[in-house]
Formats: sequence, structure tokens, C-alpha cells
Amino acid sequence: MTGRALLPILLAAILIGAIPLFVTANTVLNFLVFTLIIALAAQGWNILGGYGGQFSFGHAAFFGTGAYAAAILQTRFGINAWAAFCLGIAAGAAIGWIIGYLSFRSGLRGSYFALVTLAFAEVFRILANASAVTGGAAGLLVKLDVRPENFQFSSRAVFVWIALALVVAVLVLTAWIERSRFGAQLVAVRENEGAARALGVDALRVKLLAIALSGGVTAAAGALYVQYFLYIDATIAYGTWISVEALLAPIIGGAGTVLGPLVGAVTLHGLGEITKTLAGRVPGIDLVAFGALLIVAVAFAPDGIIGLARRLRARIGRGGGA
Amino acid sequence: MSLLSVSHVTKRFGGLVAINDASLVVEAGSITGLIGPNGAGKTTLFAVVSGFEAPTEGTIRFEERDITAVPTHVRARDGIARTFQIVQPFAGLSVADNIAVGAHLRHAGRADALAVAHDVARRVGLDRDLHKPAASLTVAGRKRLELARALATGPKLLLLDEVLAGLNPSEIRDIVPVIRAIRDDGVTILMIEHVMQAVMNLCERVYVLAQGRIIAEGEPRQVCEDQAVIEAYLGKGAAARLSSRAAGGAHV
Repeated sequence: MTGRALLPILLAAILIGAIPLFVTANTVLNFLVFTLIIALAAQGWNILGGYGGQFSFGHAAFFGTGAYAAAILQTRFGINAWAAFCLGIAAGAAIGWIIGYLSFRSGLRGSYFALVTLAFAEVFRILANASAVTGGAAGLLVKLDVRPENFQFSSRAVFVWIALALVVAVLVLTAWIERSRFGAQLVAVRENEGAARALGVDALRVKLLAIALSGGVTAAAGALYVQYFLYIDATIAYGTWISVEALLAPIIGGAGTVLGPLVGAVTLHGLGEITKTLAGRVPGIDLVAFGALLIVAVAFAPDGIIGLARRLRARIGRGGGA
Repeated sequence: MSLLSVSHVTKRFGGLVAINDASLVVEAGSITGLIGPNGAGKTTLFAVVSGFEAPTEGTIRFEERDITAVPTHVRARDGIARTFQIVQPFAGLSVADNIAVGAHLRHAGRADALAVAHDVARRVGLDRDLHKPAASLTVAGRKRLELARALATGPKLLLLDEVLAGLNPSEIRDIVPVIRAIRDDGVTILMIEHVMQAVMNLCERVYVLAQGRIIAEGEPRQVCEDQAVIEAYLGKGAAARLSSRAAGGAHV
């Protein structure tokens, strides 16, 4: 991998990682952790939706699975929190593979695939809300026991750095995918599946690998959510809110780009916070801002913020040359 | 040795018989033509050979192996590449990245695949356009891109579906030597073509498909004079009228 690809990642890491050194306000750190968790979930969506062109409306299925797996393994089976976190990621990847196998093997594409993923997430939500293992509607509390070996820290700054480390790891993973054979084949499937198959691309295998990776990454976001808030219930874990967040951030930031999901998540939640502060206590005002931003993005920047920046840079470059 | 043999293939879509008991053989190292009027089933036969459609009856053999049930991407790995009559570029990607997808079939590394893409682009005359988006190419450019992508997979058999259609005479004149050079490099070619000048020039053997049946086969000149072929293109009785007019002309 070339330095040129890693430089923006390094810059983003330093920029965000330095914030807790200068700011200690809990609201700011809370905002950072939450935004990074959303960014991580969005990065998962971006692998399947941005690069693979398979638009999922149900990434809550993976977020929730990661969250519940991490919580249940700790509370009911007494497994170490770090191990539970890793197993949560594995569970998300497995659920991704299963949903992918069921839908891609039957040739579901486009809006049909989107609807099936939405249905899976909703079924999981209803099951989690009813089942005893998940604590039903009351949800699950992870016992407060602040020790590093329990993946619990008294300092919020540590959580910022852990979330950032995960986001950066996935940025590097995504940059690697962009330059790999798997990535080329995944993008080919997005652009034209028939033509890709004629060129020897095993479309089913490529899509299954993408959805498993995607599920694993989004599950990591869910598991991290549990470690940070120490509580999960069906509406948080499998609610449509996270499915929407996971797809909105990459679309606004730039789907199918390495930095798109992070840029999108920061923009969305930054704007959400600003609107909340300006508009005062109007409930749901940040969601209005999200909606307005989505309309603006679809109308004027269909390739997201990253795409817009690239176009502007190309235009300036041409203008400078002339 | 026959590289590809299609035996007694029938393809039905519901009540419609698109291909009816068609058989053909492509010899290794040859350029074989497949011609026929519109709607004869030529593209369907390509779809069956490349694995996009399963035949209702009959078998496909490639290098003496039965591949009738083998999926498309595995056939590509085995060495069968096809182009599409209606071009199917990866529109969002550059020309180089388009060709690299084909090259990745036999080259895992990105640098290797791009190197192959450059090489193939030079062979088909696309080397100036490598960094352009595929969507910006002209029709002739897109046809070359189809050819380049298929070629980049390193095929033994290349199925060309009307790569000359929509090109002007000078573009055709440019690309005919390219196709011949591909064959000279050891790639066997089966081509669907309507441009008869090119068929006569390139093909050693021609099959004629009409209404799903193979109605004639042989050398191009011989096939063009075949009564059944003339009737398939021009209508029933056309062959007799033509020959009587020719005979009448001789008297005067």
C-alpha cells in the first residue's frame, strides 16, 4: 500500500486522537465516542453498500448482534469482556454471511435485497424484545466494574482512543480492499454483475465475503456501544435508527470511498449537535437537519462530500493549468 | 483438434424455441463465424456456450470435457471469454480499471493486473484512453474495451458478439487486423458478425443459424452461395429468382 493512501488516514487519526488531550468536557468526549461508533457502523455498511453496491436497510441486524453477543456472553456466561467483544464481531460476520447466503443465492438485488435486510433486522428486534436470553423489553445491563481487563475505563478519553483505533483499523482495511483483487471484483459486481461473471468473477463468493466483513465491522460498533453505555435493549440494538445512521453517513460523506463514512458521520452529528444547541429544546430537530442534509447531498453532491471535494479539486486544477 | 463442440443444443424459453438442435465445432486456432438473420438465436447460443443460460437439451464440450453444467465464472477460468453485443462497461471505472478486472482472473496483485491491462490496451489500440472513464468512450472505443477486457482474462476461446456492429468502415478496417493478430497469438475465436466483408476476410469456417437451426456450414464463399442461406436472408424463392435473373442476364 502506498504512503499516499495512508497519509489522509494518519492525519484524521492524529486530528481526532489529539482532541481528548486538550478537551476534557464530558459532553465533547461523549459526542466523539458516539460519533466514532456511528462512523464504525457506517464503515461496515460502506464495504457492502459503497463498494459492493448492495444497499442494506438493515445493518441494525449486525449492530444488534454484536451488541447482544458481547453483553450476553459477559453477563450470562461470565466470559471476559475483551473476548466477548471479539466473539461479538465474529457473530456479526456469521449473521452477515447467513443473511447474504439466503438472499444472494436466491438472486436478490437492489430494492429486494434492501427490503429483505430490513425484514431481518425487524425480526431480530421483535425476537430480542420477546426472548428471555436478551432480557426482553427490559434489556440487559452489564455490571459496572471499572477495570481495564473488563473493557471498562474511568476515563472517557480511553474510549475515544479505542473507538478511534477501531475506525482507523477499518480505514486501513478499506484502503487495502480498494487496492486488492477482491476490491476490484467487488466494484465490478457493483457496476455490472453480468459482465463481472463473464470475466471470471465468482459474484456470489465476492458478495458473501463483503457482507461478512461488513457485518463484522458493524457488529464491532454494536459491541463497543455496549462497553461504553453498559446497557442494551432491542430498540437500541436492532432499531431502524442505526440502520439509517449506517447508510446515511456513507451516502453523505461519499459511498465507496475510504474516508466517506467517517466524514459523513462527523458532518451529520456535528450538524445535529449545532442544530440542537441553536434550536434549543425542540425534540427531533437534529433529525430534521439530517433530512435536509440528505436532500441537499442527493441533489447537489450525489458522490457525497468526498466526491464533491474531488470534483472541486479537479476544477481548480484545470483552472490553474489554463 | 476441436476446442469447442456444441452438440444437439436446444434452448426453449417457455413456448419459444430459440435454438433448435444446433451443433457446431470450433477447431483450435481457427476463426469461426456464426452468421444468420436477426432473431436467429445467435446471441442465445453464445449465452449457452458462456454459461449465462443452461441449454434445455444437448451438451457443450470444451477441450473434450463436458462443461454443460459449469457456471459462467468457472468457464472463464477454464479459458472461455465473451464480449457482449450490447456493450457492458463498468461505467464508473477508468478504462485501465475495467481491463484490470479481467486481468485479475489470472493475476492476484494489482500491479500485475494493471501491467497486463496496459499490455492488452496497447494490443487493441486503447493505450491513449487508459485513464479516461469508461463512460466517456465512443462506441468504437467501447467495442475495443469489450474486446480488451475479455482478452485480459487470458482466454483460449474468445466469443465475439458483433464487435464490429455500429462501427464505420474505417473503424472496421482498423479493428480487423487486431482480431487477426489475436488469433495469431494463439487464441481461438468464434464470432457472431453481420459485416460480411469482415466475415469473408477473417473466418475460415462459417455456420449459418436461422430460426434456431444450423442451416449451412462451410467456407465463407461456399456458404454465401448456398440456396438455403439466401432464402433465410431474402425470403422464400429468392434463390431461384436470383439464379434465373443471373441466367437471363447471361443470355442478353
